[in-house]
Amino acid sequence: MARRPLSPHVFIYRFAYTMALSILHRATGLALSLGLLLFSAWLVALATGPACYDAFARFASSWPVKLIIAAGVISFCYHLSNGIRHLFWDLGVGLERAEARRSARIVVVVVVLLSAALLWIFFGQPGQGAAP
Amino acid sequence: MSDPARALSKVLGRGSAHEGAHHWRVQRLTALGLLLLAPWFVISLALLPQLDFATVHVWASSLINAALLSLLVVSLCWHSQLGVQVVIEDYVRGAARGVALVASSFLHVLLAAVSLLAIVRIALGAAH
Repeated sequence: MARRPLSPHVFIYRFAYTMALSILHRATGLALSLGLLLFSAWLVALATGPACYDAFARFASSWPVKLIIAAGVISFCYHLSNGIRHLFWDLGVGLERAEARRSARIVVVVVVLLSAALLWIFFGQPGQGAAP
Repeated sequence: MSDPARALSKVLGRGSAHEGAHHWRVQRLTALGLLLLAPWFVISLALLPQLDFATVHVWASSLINAALLSLLVVSLCWHSQLGVQVVIEDYVRGAARGVALVASSFLHVLLAAVSLLAIVRIALGAAH
């Protein structure tokens, strides 16, 4: 293949945190696609019966899987919040640099609060360890 | 412009992808759907007193919940397929790209089919 110039030249830009948010949208989207496997497994376990569901609940409450689910919850909060930002951009709203930076900061704050709330609801209370 | 299909697509303004903004549009449409369905799902689960089999099964087998769960599954799988497709198109080169695209499509359709049948099974199980 002919060596053509590549665009965009990612590494010549001065780093801005909006860039990190941009690539994180993709990364969390990909993570959530993998999380879809867990979601489907949960539905199948629920359709199969109590024994299968309990086995899934035990699997989901083991520490490594709990960490994966926690990462999934944070990814979900991020992709959802930043997705709203993207939908506004699609309407032509908030595209100015200052606006994009402000909405980026809002997304970060919302993600922290929302993730904390969801993790507390599904992991923080006794007897609720089996959330998908 | 002797090819009538080409002439037609030029008239229709579908661009080099030959399907216009279809991919873009469906990605946004499913995003909008998920903006409603995903919070519904999370809040519903959070409001359940427990997440044991009996409680969740009763919840999932009501007609409205089964219907919304089905919509959630379809929107999730469709949105995920569109997103993964773009990632593959951007980062995977050569023959592996085609393989990855087909594998991703098949896997997403499989996940949707299995999940939908699971929901149907849960809903029908409640009727006995």
